Amino acid sequence: MFDNFPLWPERASTAAGNVDALFIFLLIVSGLMTLLIFISLLYFAARYRHRKGVPAEQIEGSIPLEITWSIIPLGVFMVIFAWGAVVYFKSRTPPRDSTEVYVVAKQWMWKLEHAEGQREINELHVPVGRDVKLIMTSQDVIHSFFVPAFRMKQDVVPGRYTVAWFRATKAGTYHLFCTQYCGTQHSGMIGSIVVMEPAQYEAWMSGGSNGPLSATGEKIFAELGCATCHRSDTQGRGPNLQGVFGKPVLLEDGRLVTADENYVRESILDPGAKIVKGFRPVMPTFQGLISDEQLNALVAYVKSLSGPGQAGANTSAAAAAPQSAPGKGSQVQ
Amino acid sequence: MSMATATVQPVERENYLNKHYGVGSWLFTTDHKRIALLYLLSITFFFFIGGFFALLIRLELLTPAGDLVQADTYNKLFTQHGQVMVFFFLIPSIPAVLGNFLVPMMVGAKDLAFPKINLLSWYLYIIAGIMMLHCMLTGGVDTGWTFYTPFSTAFSNTKVIEAGLSIFVAGFSSILTGLNFVVTIHRMRAPGMTWGRLPLFIWAHYATSIIQILGTPVIAITLVLVVAERALHLGIFDPKLGGDPLLFQHLFWFYSHPAVYIMILPSMGVVTEIIACFSRKRIFGYSFVALSSIAIAVFGFLVWAHHMFVAGISVYAALIFSILSYAVAVPSAVKVFNWTATLYKGSIHYDAPMLYAFGFVGLFTMGGLTGLFLAALGVDMHVHDTYFVIAHFHYIMVGGALMGYLGGMHFWWPKISGKLYPEGWARLAALIVFLGFNLTFFPQFILGYLGMPRRYYQYPPEFQILNVLSTAGATVLAVGYLLPMIYFLWSMRYGKPAPDNPWHAAGLEWKTPSPPPTFNFEQEPVVTWEAYNYDEIDAAAAPQEVPVVG
Repeated sequence: MFDNFPLWPERASTAAGNVDALFIFLLIVSGLMTLLIFISLLYFAARYRHRKGVPAEQIEGSIPLEITWSIIPLGVFMVIFAWGAVVYFKSRTPPRDSTEVYVVAKQWMWKLEHAEGQREINELHVPVGRDVKLIMTSQDVIHSFFVPAFRMKQDVVPGRYTVAWFRATKAGTYHLFCTQYCGTQHSGMIGSIVVMEPAQYEAWMSGGSNGPLSATGEKIFAELGCATCHRSDTQGRGPNLQGVFGKPVLLEDGRLVTADENYVRESILDPGAKIVKGFRPVMPTFQGLISDEQLNALVAYVKSLSGPGQAGANTSAAAAAPQSAPGKGSQVQ
Repeated sequence: MSMATATVQPVERENYLNKHYGVGSWLFTTDHKRIALLYLLSITFFFFIGGFFALLIRLELLTPAGDLVQADTYNKLFTQHGQVMVFFFLIPSIPAVLGNFLVPMMVGAKDLAFPKINLLSWYLYIIAGIMMLHCMLTGGVDTGWTFYTPFSTAFSNTKVIEAGLSIFVAGFSSILTGLNFVVTIHRMRAPGMTWGRLPLFIWAHYATSIIQILGTPVIAITLVLVVAERALHLGIFDPKLGGDPLLFQHLFWFYSHPAVYIMILPSMGVVTEIIACFSRKRIFGYSFVALSSIAIAVFGFLVWAHHMFVAGISVYAALIFSILSYAVAVPSAVKVFNWTATLYKGSIHYDAPMLYAFGFVGLFTMGGLTGLFLAALGVDMHVHDTYFVIAHFHYIMVGGALMGYLGGMHFWWPKISGKLYPEGWARLAALIVFLGFNLTFFPQFILGYLGMPRRYYQYPPEFQILNVLSTAGATVLAVGYLLPMIYFLWSMRYGKPAPDNPWHAAGLEWKTPSPPPTFNFEQEPVVTWEAYNYDEIDAAAAPQEVPVVG
């Protein structure tokens, strides 16, 4: 019977235990608070029910009590806040050297592309025990990538990358849900995450692939003529892209930004938004000229120019931060 | 406490109900009490529309497959259930009905400060309501009540503009009501009615009005921007046009989170009055309960982005909004503790209004505590946009706000209608609502933690049993809501005439006949006592001993 009537979701990622622990703590704390209130309510209601000739005793209030029941809850709340913040921070910070998967959401499907080149739709194969970083964008409306068994959710927003990561701990097939309402087939925008033992995963990976995503990106880079300006020496009209990814970049207006996925994406679609110090705003926009998949490949290529092991560094907080992404427009239009 | 039946009404006294007859005397009235009744009729109408949509939603979710209605229809159902319940029922509910009726009487005034503006606010509500009905009848809207962009501006092919404009107009009705209350409370208190003597119902409405005045213009502007982007393709929210979709969410929640307090604060005010009356006591910690309303109104404006923890805001922004959300929880907790402490050494009666008040405190406590889960960043990542959220805010808005509204309707019904409602039926209804509510929404907490997303038309089969329980609860709840409607109507014709003060309650509104005369008081009251002087009232009543049944 309990196959049909689960009371606790499956736990299949490293984050799941952390979230559950905090959730259980919250259940205990709020359970105790509920008991305290309910028992007092019921006890007072019974003990002090109206009896003829027994008038109510007027009590004005008590400042010590007011302070007590403000400070104690506040203290408990701060513990919950801090704990929640730690769990969240961990889940928002992809470890270095994560395996990368690019996710493109659209009404009403998930398109997933491994950095190694495998493409999947509504299904993602990952190995047990490896950190997987999702670099996600949407072609149309806002979607949200939710895997209950991983206790992981991140909105997927058009016009920028959002990032999430997980490390699966248990082989199996788990629900992938879209949790941001996205139109008619919102509830049909579901899929599965297939977690495999490493050996099986390697076998699966050796199946059909178009070669690594960065190689595709390199080809597009050449086709679009990017290399005419972004030369691998210092003579180009655009910055040399070798080793740029993941590093701080000094801009013409004096700002220092980190070259993360959103920065590269924005520089391709809206080149005027952030001009590197010492360069002129001469690059044309590629908005509307390339697809999200091609864009992902280009990002993967630029990343690969910074060598293996560099890719995931320093991008986490910044990648999720809006200030690095949406501020486009003003300088260009 | 039973209702005193000793008082015999003289031959029908002139009152606000019988002074004038005819449709015109209602449609052009500037009497705050008649406007309150106009609102009562209108919001009840919309409540049953919203409730009907809810019932269809629950029936569709009885089975995992999408089989009762089309997917698009389902999306319109939950969208319009939300829009109708939020903008056409909950936001006006207590302020526009009970507030309109009681604020002038409680402060000892003849009417609100701007009686014509009060009537105008009802007309705006009706215009907005007609626009919303027209929108529903000609195809409806499917964006979710939240209008998230770019879905609403560029992708939905339903009547977004009409729905947006309807809510835009409804917003002005809400602003005008708030404005009227603030001016009335400041300028029209009777001699001796100091701020420290005001009923806490007034403090709650004062806090609510501040939010209505300061917050509502933001949603109005936001909806105009949505309409402008949809109609004229201005690039404000759509990234394809150079806009930022998260900007919409910031603007939307800047109003819509405080709007939750517009819905719950008046209910807290009602419950405070009821608890004081039925435990025959002063409210424990009057000034803390009063100031906590103001604190909620102020802090309420600083927590909006807790709706956006997984939307793509920065980790640091999330930390700030999380900690501020815990700050706003403290004044709510203070209220619950003070209500509970008020019962201590009281003389407690279990009439229907008090049962609703008990229900309110219990359900609001659960709703508030589950808010702690959602404000915890680490847990919100998992439960955000799932049924956990649905359950949480229904505990606040239905378990809290609606219980308070029903409690208030029972408490003041004798004053409003001049008739007594049948007490036994009312207690039964309160019990049915409480049980039906919990059966409907408690399973949704579990569903949410299991991972069932909100706004899902079909769902994996393992979620079915909990959904069936929830649907069963909804039918019980429907019975609980129909009952008061039936016996209130019944009592208007067959109910016993109500004495002026059936509950022996404190408060100026009880010192005038039931139903009150058009200008509320035969002579201007002069207040020489503190709020909730139940000791004095009971001491004065003691010699002849109040007849007691309950």
